[in-house]
Amino acid sequence: MQNILLAIVLAPLFGAIIAGLFPVSRCVAHSVTIVGVGLSFVLSLYVFKYIVMGGHEPYNQTVYIWLSSGGLNIQVGFLIDSLSALMMVVVTFVSWMVHIYTIGYMHDDPGYQRFFSYISLFTFSMLMLVMANNFMQLFFGWEAVGLVSYLLIGFWYTRESAIFANLKAFLVNRVGDFGFLLGIAGVLMYFGSLDYAQVFDLAHQGHQQNTLVEIIPGYQWSIITVICLLLFMGAMGKSAQFPLHVWLPDSMEGPTPISALIHAATMVTAGIFMVARMSPLYEMSETALSVILVIGAITAFFMGLLGLVQNDIKRVVAYSTLSQLGYMTVALGASAYAAGMFHLMTHAFFKALLFLGAGSVIIAMHHDQDIRNMGGLKKYMPITYWTALIGSLALIGFPGFAGFFSKDAIIEAAHHAYQAGRGGAGFAYYSVLIGVFITALYSFRMFFLVFHGKERMDEHTRKHLHETPAVITLPLILLAIPSVFIGWLTIKPLLFNDFFGNAIWVTEAHQIFEAAEYHGVLAFIEHGMMQLPFWLAMAGLATAYFLYLVKPELPSVIAQRFQIVYRILVNKYGFDEFYQAIFAGGTRDIGNNLWKTGDLKLIDGMMVNGTAAVVGFLSSVVRHLQTGYLYHYAFTMMLGLAVLLGVFVLN
Amino acid sequence: MFGESFPLLSLLIWLPILGGIWVIIAGTNDQARPIALIISLVTFLLSLPLYLEFDITTATMQFSEQFSWIPTFGIYYHLGIDGFSMPLILLTTFMTVLVIIAGWEVIQYKVAQYMAAFLIMEGLMVGVFSALDAMLFYVFWEAMLVPMFIIIGVWGGSRRIYATMKFFLYTFLGSVLMLISLLYLHYQAQSFAILDFHALRIPMTAQILIFLSFLVAFAVKVPMWPVHTWLPDAHVEAPTGGSVILAAIMLKMGGYGFLRFSLPITPDASRELDWLIIGLSLIAILYIAFVAIVQQDMKKLIAYSSISHMGFATLGFFIAFRIFDHTGSMDMNGGAMAIEGGMVQMISHGFISGALFLCVGVLYDRLHSRQIADYGGVVNTMPRFAMYAVLFAMANSGLPATSGFVGEFLVIISSFKASFWIAFFAATILILGAAYTLWMVKRVIFGSVANEGVAALKDINLRETVVLASLAVAVLFFGLYPAPMLDVMHQSVQNLLQHIAQSKVL
Repeated sequence: MQNILLAIVLAPLFGAIIAGLFPVSRCVAHSVTIVGVGLSFVLSLYVFKYIVMGGHEPYNQTVYIWLSSGGLNIQVGFLIDSLSALMMVVVTFVSWMVHIYTIGYMHDDPGYQRFFSYISLFTFSMLMLVMANNFMQLFFGWEAVGLVSYLLIGFWYTRESAIFANLKAFLVNRVGDFGFLLGIAGVLMYFGSLDYAQVFDLAHQGHQQNTLVEIIPGYQWSIITVICLLLFMGAMGKSAQFPLHVWLPDSMEGPTPISALIHAATMVTAGIFMVARMSPLYEMSETALSVILVIGAITAFFMGLLGLVQNDIKRVVAYSTLSQLGYMTVALGASAYAAGMFHLMTHAFFKALLFLGAGSVIIAMHHDQDIRNMGGLKKYMPITYWTALIGSLALIGFPGFAGFFSKDAIIEAAHHAYQAGRGGAGFAYYSVLIGVFITALYSFRMFFLVFHGKERMDEHTRKHLHETPAVITLPLILLAIPSVFIGWLTIKPLLFNDFFGNAIWVTEAHQIFEAAEYHGVLAFIEHGMMQLPFWLAMAGLATAYFLYLVKPELPSVIAQRFQIVYRILVNKYGFDEFYQAIFAGGTRDIGNNLWKTGDLKLIDGMMVNGTAAVVGFLSSVVRHLQTGYLYHYAFTMMLGLAVLLGVFVLN
Repeated sequence: MFGESFPLLSLLIWLPILGGIWVIIAGTNDQARPIALIISLVTFLLSLPLYLEFDITTATMQFSEQFSWIPTFGIYYHLGIDGFSMPLILLTTFMTVLVIIAGWEVIQYKVAQYMAAFLIMEGLMVGVFSALDAMLFYVFWEAMLVPMFIIIGVWGGSRRIYATMKFFLYTFLGSVLMLISLLYLHYQAQSFAILDFHALRIPMTAQILIFLSFLVAFAVKVPMWPVHTWLPDAHVEAPTGGSVILAAIMLKMGGYGFLRFSLPITPDASRELDWLIIGLSLIAILYIAFVAIVQQDMKKLIAYSSISHMGFATLGFFIAFRIFDHTGSMDMNGGAMAIEGGMVQMISHGFISGALFLCVGVLYDRLHSRQIADYGGVVNTMPRFAMYAVLFAMANSGLPATSGFVGEFLVIISSFKASFWIAFFAATILILGAAYTLWMVKRVIFGSVANEGVAALKDINLRETVVLASLAVAVLFFGLYPAPMLDVMHQSVQNLLQHIAQSKVL
């Protein structure tokens, strides 16, 4: 088993090294990485079958001891249970699709080999993250995916906007990681270990459950809550939750394949995965779960609104991703970890599909990303059109499509938490509910603007419009299949059959689906169609149809009417400007002040050169004593003698 | 490979010193380079048995040598190493080889003297780390300043005289106070053996005074805020090789001094005044990081970054007392992790800061500017160089899988055991460290070609690749597998903890 697992992580790493460090041809670069990731995918399927279908015990083994210090052995090892097995399959599959797609998308790019190297390195890092059996390795994978994200956002490094965005992404993520690392330190201090199994065992036993700490004098906090919130800071960075969401839209500066792979399907879901993995800890803290609910709800609702006013095709999808990550976070906060993971998986497929579809459109449009210049693309790009339609329907939760099941489950969970009277659940429930309308509205706004209506592009572009090549459409088709079917294939095991077993742990009071009865897919759909979310989604779709196809002049009238709201949305609530002024500007001000006043003026100016000046002054005084006149010296000697004599006499 | 009584440490000290003298005598520039390279390589290879044959199960001094040197005053030529000094000696011999290679073509003026200065300095630095007699230590400690003084003064930049004077006065004044303490300790112990000092019981007032005098000497070397301002000036003026040795090894002597002298000799004063060191360390980490962000000169930026990173070493060394207090027990584990974290930080910083200065050197050799504003888009013309530069920048930002992560990680998670807020402020390095390093990378490496100078840049040649690649291997190896580095320290750290856990007040 260990060899298989090692092969799964090392195959992409090998590909990355070959493609990145050796002067290989384009063909070798994409072959070696695609074969590597493909191998990972096939083996992941095998592991999934072995652990999940075969009903084997979770695999938990050390590969090597990273270091030992202070009686603690920190290892590198693998924990493979249904949770990590599921993530492995999702990650390797989407990554594999993106690898293939990249052949077409990056066809003319001079950095072809480098790109393949990066995305394979990403796959390695992401696998290390999900397969980790301890906090240190989790942090390793966590930061490593951040590194690759940095490299890929700045892939086109001559663009000022790209290298601004990648620095921003890295630093915002570091703010999250700052909390994350402190959380890990807290785990070590209060549980005495960094090993998942040991820590979670202790947590199950209620270890440290009643320990209070006083971090700010006068305030007693439960240590579990503190640890959970610190760890969640990491998730807020990586999964772009409010208020650390600002980096994700800018990350769209990177090439489209990585927007699909890293900034939609896999890396950004690491935070969701992490909280699900830590469920034994989070279940111990109602407060932390409430905070998660509220943060998730804010992200789901307010980021969705921003999707309504964006005109860059990738940014619309990016804000949609933010909003959907908010949905997943709400699920976590409602203790419906399984529902969160379920949505993570379905979202990975349909959002990767939407991004790659957007990429396909962008290629056809000669890298014009403004949806105002598109329209009527349906007849030129039928495959892209139909797959994008499937992706959009899955996203808005149209009955039967993948997103329908997972989103319904989340709303159900939020509703349940609301009824149970959990803090913040009411706000969360209404946010995700109204969010359904918004999701449908922005999704189909984009869909209609791109594929239907008037052809607004210039003549030259129109003449060259045609469907993209097979390396691009094939991944679209392959991703469209799970976007349709994965929901009703997996809802039963994931939500109702205790698929995750011991991997996710929910206290009895928080259980929702485990207790609910399940009557089959059709009954679930039938039930869903009678519920409010379905009608909200339909309303959103209809509104989009009316606004952008029936009366296309209306949206700008509305924008005019509600100038203030529109401006706020276009400015993204002003977070970018605020952070830029306060944090980026503030840091530079502090730095300049400390340097110029502290180092140069006080230390060097007064202390160092001051000392030199004082010494200089003293010596200039003392120098007067050395006049060179003998009688001056004689007088001084007499004076000294007199003083000495005086001292002796008086004693 | 060598017998029990083989004077390996002496060989490592005197081979480079005598070799250096020979290089000067041998004279011509063309011969100086290969001779110096061979001597440094042989010294490095000879230092490997220190690791290979090192007994990790004991804290006693190994590879010991002892001869009477000045019998009248009881001064011995006494050498020996433990888990603290051994890694630092290997770091010294390793970095010296790289510095010799790095200066191969760049230095055209007085090549023989340049090479000789580094060889002699290497021997003296190995002497500092292996001396077990306080006077011998002091002699090496002071003598080591001379070659560095010459290196900056002769091959340095335009303000080199100001920088050398500042460097020399700071470090010299610092160590004068240390000398007084050493004499006092000799008076008490009737011996100059450092290990005898460790066994002394000293009254509290005297401990405090000794501690403070050591503090001045070591704080200047580390350097700690507020006696750090000599370092940016010295780095800016020093030639690349000088900066590398200064950052990679000389700064470590301050940290080493705390471990060898301050903590074991004056544990009670250390406990009493640990707030001072912790406070200064946190100021170094935070304040200096802010200052680093706004630097316009690459070398200054890296110099400030060095001060900030060394703050982790001093924090790790002195946090143990707080862990004892806070956990309400003699939590040796937390203390061990902190001290080991500090040691790892020192070694790793040796690689990373050395590498960063070498990277700046590569650019400086081509465009003769250290100003960030004079660059931009270097990756376009020097892609291979950019790869290394980004790797080392990431290591400097403490990315896991690089050695830069290990020490910071250990210090932060162990200082959490002492106090949430100490860990909190220490952890800001995650944000600030990344901010100043990667912002520089953005402005220098990325972007479109900024000017004609950058457009004409040639990528690194074989010689430069060898140097940067060896450091890259070291940084990645110890990031992925730090265990061997820590295993050699465990016993010495336990021994040190035994010393500081008990009172030595007379």
